[in-house]
Amino acid sequence: MAIYTEEEARKIMEKALSFSTADTCEINLSGEESGNIRYARNTVSTAGHRSNQSLVVQSSFGKKSGTATIDEFDDASLEKVVKRAEELAKLSPENPEFMEPLEQQSYDKAINFVEATANITPEYRASVANDSIEPAAAKDVTAAGFLDDSYGFSAMLNSKGLFAYNKSSNVDFTVTMRTNDGTGSGWVARDFNDIGKFNASEASKVAIGKAVMSREAKAIEPGKYTVILEPAAAEDLISNMARSLNARTADEGRSFMSKEGGGTKMGEKIVDERVNLWSDPLHPEVPTSTWSGDGQALKKTVWIENGVVKNLAYDRFWAQEQGVEPVPFPNNIIMGGGDASLEDLIKGTKKGILVTRLWYIRTVDPQTLLYTGLTRDGTFYIENGQIKHPVKNFRFNESPVIMLNNLEALGQQVRINGNLIPYMKIRDFTFTSLSDAV
Amino acid sequence: MKRRNFVQLSGMGAASLLVPASMMGNVIETEALLEPGMDVVLKKKMADVALNTAKSLGATYADARIGRYLNQYVFTREDKVQNVVNTESFGIGIRVIANGTWGFASTNSVTEDGIKKATQQAVAIAKANSKIQKEPVQLAPVEAHGEVSWKTPLTKDFKDVPVSEKVDLLLSANAAAMENGANFVNSALFMVNEQKYFASTDGSYIDQDVHRIWPTFSVTAVDRAAGKFKTRQAMSAPMGMGYEYMDGLASEKLEGPAGITLYRKSYDIVEDAIQAANQAKEMLSAKSVDPGKYDLVLEPNHLGLTIHESVGHPLELDRVLGYEANYAGTSFATLDKWKSGDFNYGSKIVNLVADKTQVGSLGAVGYDDEGVKTKKWDLVRNGTLVNYQAIRDQVNIIDQNESHGCCYAQSWNDVQFQRMPNVSLEPGTEKYSIKDMVKDVEKGIYIAGRGSYSIDQQRYNFQFGGTVFYEIKNGEIAGMLNDVAYQSNTQEFWNSCAKICDEGDYRMFGSFFDGKGQPSQVSAVSHGSSTSRFNDINVINTGRTI
Repeated sequence: MAIYTEEEARKIMEKALSFSTADTCEINLSGEESGNIRYARNTVSTAGHRSNQSLVVQSSFGKKSGTATIDEFDDASLEKVVKRAEELAKLSPENPEFMEPLEQQSYDKAINFVEATANITPEYRASVANDSIEPAAAKDVTAAGFLDDSYGFSAMLNSKGLFAYNKSSNVDFTVTMRTNDGTGSGWVARDFNDIGKFNASEASKVAIGKAVMSREAKAIEPGKYTVILEPAAAEDLISNMARSLNARTADEGRSFMSKEGGGTKMGEKIVDERVNLWSDPLHPEVPTSTWSGDGQALKKTVWIENGVVKNLAYDRFWAQEQGVEPVPFPNNIIMGGGDASLEDLIKGTKKGILVTRLWYIRTVDPQTLLYTGLTRDGTFYIENGQIKHPVKNFRFNESPVIMLNNLEALGQQVRINGNLIPYMKIRDFTFTSLSDAV
Repeated sequence: MKRRNFVQLSGMGAASLLVPASMMGNVIETEALLEPGMDVVLKKKMADVALNTAKSLGATYADARIGRYLNQYVFTREDKVQNVVNTESFGIGIRVIANGTWGFASTNSVTEDGIKKATQQAVAIAKANSKIQKEPVQLAPVEAHGEVSWKTPLTKDFKDVPVSEKVDLLLSANAAAMENGANFVNSALFMVNEQKYFASTDGSYIDQDVHRIWPTFSVTAVDRAAGKFKTRQAMSAPMGMGYEYMDGLASEKLEGPAGITLYRKSYDIVEDAIQAANQAKEMLSAKSVDPGKYDLVLEPNHLGLTIHESVGHPLELDRVLGYEANYAGTSFATLDKWKSGDFNYGSKIVNLVADKTQVGSLGAVGYDDEGVKTKKWDLVRNGTLVNYQAIRDQVNIIDQNESHGCCYAQSWNDVQFQRMPNVSLEPGTEKYSIKDMVKDVEKGIYIAGRGSYSIDQQRYNFQFGGTVFYEIKNGEIAGMLNDVAYQSNTQEFWNSCAKICDEGDYRMFGSFFDGKGQPSQVSAVSHGSSTSRFNDINVINTGRTI
């Protein structure tokens, strides 16, 4: 399996394109190598390695398109896959929303590949498991974790002369630590492009600490509480809201961004003025590819500024329909934070709940972006600036829109799941019932 | 914003449908779906290459799965076809035990050379991992089946039905919804055919042809003046059937409360699209629920999801033991509760059975993915927890010597592990219809269809929504409700089960893309039940203003 360089990828795709007889043709080539290790009950359970490579051809005659894929790249295979795409295109119904491929765009140089991540070995993965299991066992705790690392490339070439290439690397790590008496549980997540930034011992120590601290949690009444959400707890809700900043559904009247009487809330203040949300493929902490799946250049884009909606995502078709410039959907979300550390936020809290993470989050009402889910793996009661004791887990029913209107304070940003999210203190966060789950 | 495990198949904003990347394969033309694939004689020869290589390298056990996975997906929106996708994935997965440890490798090169290499890799992985293995694998014995085959009972193979017929059916359902006042409709048809060949050193050569189908839609009504929208999902269920599920036979229809039409083993998508449009419009002005305690009357296509989350998952033995702790979680149904022999999972009328043989269900196969003949067994009998779901290397932990036959891998290139069988609630034994049930309720809510769902990592606390809600007052349906969700605790909930309709009301709910494991694998599973009543359940109001 090969992770092709820019020139190698271009050569294969140009060869494929040379077989095209369609009105337009777009070729995507990608490859990925990934490895993982999974452990549970303080022992390794599975380890694996995967390779994938694929060339996708989309051929179009007028507004009729066909797509075919192949994983072998000799000349005969390339010719076959292009012919197959063309045959499928001829048989397809017209797509009224078909958009012609783009001409060459100007892309920034991406910074989301780090060589060290591509050099991870099975031995390194085993050492990560060991860095969790050994300190866990020493504290009468059981570790269950998963490390998944990958690197690869994606490239695009079309008959209008557009060429794009990106090489990326990624590592995702999570570990759950449970005390052997079954009364405490802690968790931590780390993700990076650069494995050099990852420290399995440090991460495991955080989760072990939470497990031990969360033993014998006390039940307190559900209701509205001031909460400090760790970035891992807030990230799902924030990125769900960001994903809903879609112009078409808003214009169609079926989005939280649709307005009474028609129109959208674009340009309106929908959350606290301290809320700033943007995306940036060149942010050094959360870098991504600098082009989107349809070949548009990705640039820094502001979605919410001082609480006001500044942009909604427009796909190319909808932008054309509405007579505006397209705004591509981003690859990352960055929420502005502050200088306060978690300790500072706790110190400034008279009465509240510290939430490590939220789990099993599902939409309850898309009209209001109401979500439900539960706290998990470390929920603590804060009184007079100090963590007093662990509390039993809660079910919440809350909307990120309401939550970000009830903002008390923002803290430092942390990378989570490819996004950069700050610690945040929220008042009147709605917990609706108690859970016995540890 | 990472969604790298999913493939977007219909690129239209909120209406886009994400399909697990693992459910894809190479895109092929429709005609190629009809090609026969590798001959069974050759499959046996190839499988024997793997088994013999494994034995010669010192493996004490080996199995080989040669799989050809065919998918066809059709997506439409209002009067437009968004996408028609046919995919094929073909290869072999080889699993071995060497030095008492599992090893697995796979390849898409189904040749003697390719298979030998993959088998060597599987044995090498087993031997390497055996150094850190604490407890050697103990496999429960299994009967040698010889050369056998099994096929999903069906009368219309989806591969024989022209794509144009499928497209026309979806577009006519869309048109029917639009004519009845819907503002938007998205509809889709998912069709899957797993052609699986299994061979093991225990002496089985099993050829299976498994079919599944799922028609679904969402119909949206918008009130621009009020800035409101409501969506009504399809009342279909994914099934382990052929295209005959789309026939819409009158004999498989049931009339539910408030005039709603419900479907057993035959689905009328056009009729359902019309009632969806009417109900979506009605929802725009329906009364918001008063929170409080209600007796809930839960329709099977709703209750199935509650069974899935609160019974199916907590009784997976690997979860109970902690193998899923870092992902899906563990379970409240710990071994001590089962060993006690008197753990009250539910009221005395609650009987929950696991079944891998039920005709028409998503989980039905003749043999599981480690060559065990499938069967039916009790999980909860007369309200008491009596068993779990376990496979060959697990049953020794619960002092049993026969696998339950619920081992599954989503593809040839994924290792098989314990997956949920169909888990179903047995119907009531006395004659009792849905009409009788509504008549007996003073203050209640009838809930039909699946909605929002969420449960904690040990499966105690859950919250469910639904597709449609109707208030019941003094034995009569008193109109549609909005903003309903119920919250309960698994044991309390099943102990509040007061009445179950008879088998005349029995239907199956299905989950087409149920996820488990890291890296995650999907599987499909059905849950049957008759409409059931649960007393005094806490209902919350989910209405908010933003």
